[in-house]
Amino acid sequence: MLRLAELILIFPIVSFLAITFLTRKSEKLSSAVSISAIFLSLVSSLLIFFSLSQAPGSFEFKMPWFATISGFSVELGFLVNPLSSVMLLVVTGVSFLVQVYSLGYMKGDEGYTKYYSFISLFSFSMLGLVLANNLLQMYIFWELVGLCSYLLIGHWYSKPSAANAAKKAFIVTRFGDFGFLVAIILISFKTGTFNFLQIEQLIKAGALSQQLVTVVALLLFAGAAGKSAQFPLHIWLPDAMEGPTPVSALIHAATMVAAGVYLVARTYYLFVFSGTALEVIAVIGAFTAFFAGSIALVQNDIKRVLAYSTVSQLGYMMLGLGVGGFTAGYFHLITHASFKALLFLGAGSVIHAMHTNDIWEMGGLFKKMKVTALTFLVGSLALSGLFPTSGFFSKDAILIQAYHSGHTALFVMGLLTAAFTAFYMARVFFVVFLSKERSAGGHPHESPAVMTVPLVILALFALGLGYYTGPFGSFVLGSEAGGEHHGLLIPLVSNALALLSMLAAWAIYHKELISSDALAARFSWPYKILKNKYYVDEFYAFCVNRILFNVSRLANWFDRNIVDGSVDGVFRLTRFTAVVLRGLQTGLVQNYALGIVGGMVAVWILLRILR
Amino acid sequence: MIMEFPYLSAILASSLLGGLAIMLIPDHKHSLIKLVAGISSFISLALSLVVFYLFDASKPGFQFLEKLPWLPSLGISYQLGIDGIGLAMLLLTGIVIFTGVLISAHEFKEGGLLGRVGRPREFFAMLLILVTGVFGVFVSLDLFFLFLFYEIAVLPMYLLIGIWGTGKKEYSAMKLTLYLMLGSAFILLGILALYFTSGLGTFDWFALSNYSFSERFQTIFFPIVFVGFGILAGLWPFHTWSPDGHASAPSAVSMLHAGVLMKLGAFGIIRVALALMPYGAKFWAPYFAVLTIVNIVYGALVAMNQKDLKYVIAYSSVSHMGIVLLGITSLNVISLDGAVFQMFAHGVMTALFFALVGAVYGRTHTRVIADMGGLAKLSPFLAVAFAIGGLASLGLPGTSGFVAEFLVLVGAFRAYPLLAVGAATGVVITAIYVLRVLQKIFFGELNAHYVTEGSQAQTADEFSARHLQKVGSSGHHGFPVAMGDATTAEKIPMAILILVIITMGVWPSLLLRVVNPAVIELVGRIGGLF
Repeated sequence: MLRLAELILIFPIVSFLAITFLTRKSEKLSSAVSISAIFLSLVSSLLIFFSLSQAPGSFEFKMPWFATISGFSVELGFLVNPLSSVMLLVVTGVSFLVQVYSLGYMKGDEGYTKYYSFISLFSFSMLGLVLANNLLQMYIFWELVGLCSYLLIGHWYSKPSAANAAKKAFIVTRFGDFGFLVAIILISFKTGTFNFLQIEQLIKAGALSQQLVTVVALLLFAGAAGKSAQFPLHIWLPDAMEGPTPVSALIHAATMVAAGVYLVARTYYLFVFSGTALEVIAVIGAFTAFFAGSIALVQNDIKRVLAYSTVSQLGYMMLGLGVGGFTAGYFHLITHASFKALLFLGAGSVIHAMHTNDIWEMGGLFKKMKVTALTFLVGSLALSGLFPTSGFFSKDAILIQAYHSGHTALFVMGLLTAAFTAFYMARVFFVVFLSKERSAGGHPHESPAVMTVPLVILALFALGLGYYTGPFGSFVLGSEAGGEHHGLLIPLVSNALALLSMLAAWAIYHKELISSDALAARFSWPYKILKNKYYVDEFYAFCVNRILFNVSRLANWFDRNIVDGSVDGVFRLTRFTAVVLRGLQTGLVQNYALGIVGGMVAVWILLRILR
Repeated sequence: MIMEFPYLSAILASSLLGGLAIMLIPDHKHSLIKLVAGISSFISLALSLVVFYLFDASKPGFQFLEKLPWLPSLGISYQLGIDGIGLAMLLLTGIVIFTGVLISAHEFKEGGLLGRVGRPREFFAMLLILVTGVFGVFVSLDLFFLFLFYEIAVLPMYLLIGIWGTGKKEYSAMKLTLYLMLGSAFILLGILALYFTSGLGTFDWFALSNYSFSERFQTIFFPIVFVGFGILAGLWPFHTWSPDGHASAPSAVSMLHAGVLMKLGAFGIIRVALALMPYGAKFWAPYFAVLTIVNIVYGALVAMNQKDLKYVIAYSSVSHMGIVLLGITSLNVISLDGAVFQMFAHGVMTALFFALVGAVYGRTHTRVIADMGGLAKLSPFLAVAFAIGGLASLGLPGTSGFVAEFLVLVGAFRAYPLLAVGAATGVVITAIYVLRVLQKIFFGELNAHYVTEGSQAQTADEFSARHLQKVGSSGHHGFPVAMGDATTAEKIPMAILILVIITMGVWPSLLLRVVNPAVIELVGRIGGLF
């Protein structure tokens, strides 16, 4: 079991090194190495998963990383349990499909081998994050996935917007990571360990005060909010769409952005113990879901719609965890990974054909790209949470849980978000695939099989995963299963709302019964706010450009003029004194004689006065 | 008794003799000069590695002891020995001088940065003598010799910057020297006070460390020695010599200077101030800790606002040395382990940075960040190397910088929780300025400055091809050195530094194994405040 876990990590890192140092010159070989490595990891993950399903349990492996400092040992290790085994499948599965898809999508790209080496590095880092048995190791891999995200967003680095987006993603998440780091330091100071299981035991034994746990949990959540793009640290994710679309599917939809949710799930006992922290994530999650969902309503870039949708769905997951729906929130992570990766890859297929991201430059693609259109439809329905797709099961479980936990306001926000989701997905689908053709260049054609087969596979999962919802709960929670609510009314209401929204979208964007421009003009004020994403980016730009850079400028001025200036001042004073005193040393006897006489006179006068 | 081979003296001799030998070579025999410098620095590095290998980490205290009476009447003896802390620094110095000599050899090529000034004989001789002094400080166990070596390390800097520097080099050289002389004055005062107050009539570090100085004495003289060495370590507000100095110095000198010389300051604080005046350390540490936070955060903020690439790196050194000093002033095992690790990590990282800045400058002939852009297309190796240096600088896991910063923060948190959190914000600001610089220089579109006479260069190949033709022509935009990726001569030293950064990041025990026992002994001496 643990040998398998080790192998899961070894394959992709070997692939990264092999591509970087050996096969860099050969595109075919590099992609082959990378894909076979992730395939082997996928097989290992499947083996782990099946053996765990048969005999559930938790396996831990530890080894010291450096134990050289007395009283402070840092270890590395794996924690293989149902929670991580499911995530392993998600990561290796999506990564494998995305890498196959990239064979077609990235064909002919200048940085082809670089792309595959970074994807391998990412897979390694993400799997290391999933398997981590302690907080510090998780942080280490957490930063490494952030690095890979930076490198892959900036894949086309000569494009200034891509380089900017990469930098923004890294820095914004780093703000959250600051909290994560402080949390780690704080908890290790109080408990002397980073280990998940040991901390859990300490909490169960009541060794930690609730106040401390709340602080730690909130700091951890700051890290999670950065990675999982929760308000107000969400601003990097939409910009991250500058990266190649398969990267968006893998990193910025299915896996890395879910790491924050995974972190909360891994340390869930902290949040539960604290209570307050749980409330905070519920509120932030619901707000993010609603807020990002509303922005997605008016975006014209197909990838940005999906990006805001991702932010919104991540908020949903946080809401699920926050209202006590552990399986609901975590299950939504799994289903979302399948249908959002599907949607991104579908969008990629469209972009590949049309060479544009603007939905208004696309149209009537249904006939030209049947597989893409149908799978995209499946993805949209799943994202909208319609029965009987997988999204239905996970999303409604969250809503039910929110309702029963007594957070009515959060529940209503969740419900509205569901309506938004259905609307914007229907809008995209109608405009891109069903409306009249707009030939904006490019010849719409179906993508090659390496791209469509992954779409079909993901579509099957997006459709079918829901039937796993029952076993999933008992598998992940083990003996502690049960206690989560079920119901029929809420799913009915949410599905009815979703259908209504779709109908509205159909009326506006397909039949054009109501002009969308007229709507925008009618509601110009809210439209403008949404279009400008609530001006959050502007607010940050103000903070960074006006405040931080001015503080920096001030510090620089202070350094050059006050600190250094005083040094130069000492120097000038010395020189000034020297110049003045030098004037005395003329070498002329007459001057000295004058001085002597003058001095004598002065002394004489002084003596007269003093007497 | 069989005499052990005097490894430490051999290390000193290899660089000193190398420097002296170079003086005897006729000035025009450039290759021979470079060869001797290369061999001499390689021997130093190899011997440092041997010492590192032979060092027995399971034994506490000093090893490889050597002692020769020199002036018995004054109690001065040539006494060498090394503990884990000194060993880490010895290894660092070996790595930096070897790579620094390789980089300088490259820059002395026809048309290179140093080649234009010429005089390789004096340059390399002085560089090697300077390094003799650096090695000497790290292995001296006699305060007189420690001070002597310290001065040998500091003084050649004046000429190295004044003659081979760029920009306002005379000003910078003078400022640096005056500052460091001021520091020396404090240090000398402290050492003499220790010598006379103890009444033992010896400069022997062992003897002095066994003598307990009165609390009053320690409270007075600890800050004097701390500030004296602190000036060289870039302690705020005595740091302003360093940006000017680094910016004006040639690449190899900046590498040694930021990489190793600043560590002399931190090392001196540990060896003299902390070890001999533990009570003073306990008394003063909380106050100096506040200054170190200013170093970290303020240094990073100022770095963010620099337009000149070298100034960015120089201020980042001020910020990173703040982390070293915070680790020292936190006075516990974890923080001091982290401080020593950071001394090593920063030394290697900053050496890489300055080597890179030299390489970039050799291509663009500007250090103004705004005038660069898109270099990754032309010089992918430099871009990768810069990125790795930058990532180490912002403390990314997997690089040596992470281990160092993490240990210091964990240790500092036990001593001063609030200050530690403040220091951690420096990590965020560092990310901002490092990535900004990386982007402005290497990413984005190729800067219009590189595209001459209105004709747009389409590809990197075309571009460098055009430039190779222009070599020698003295047009405003003509680069004497071909634009293009790093040459093998540049790649080797950079690759060595990168290898060290990654190795220490992945396998920190390699270094901590030897550092930790020494730190435990030191903290035991202080009695552990936190």
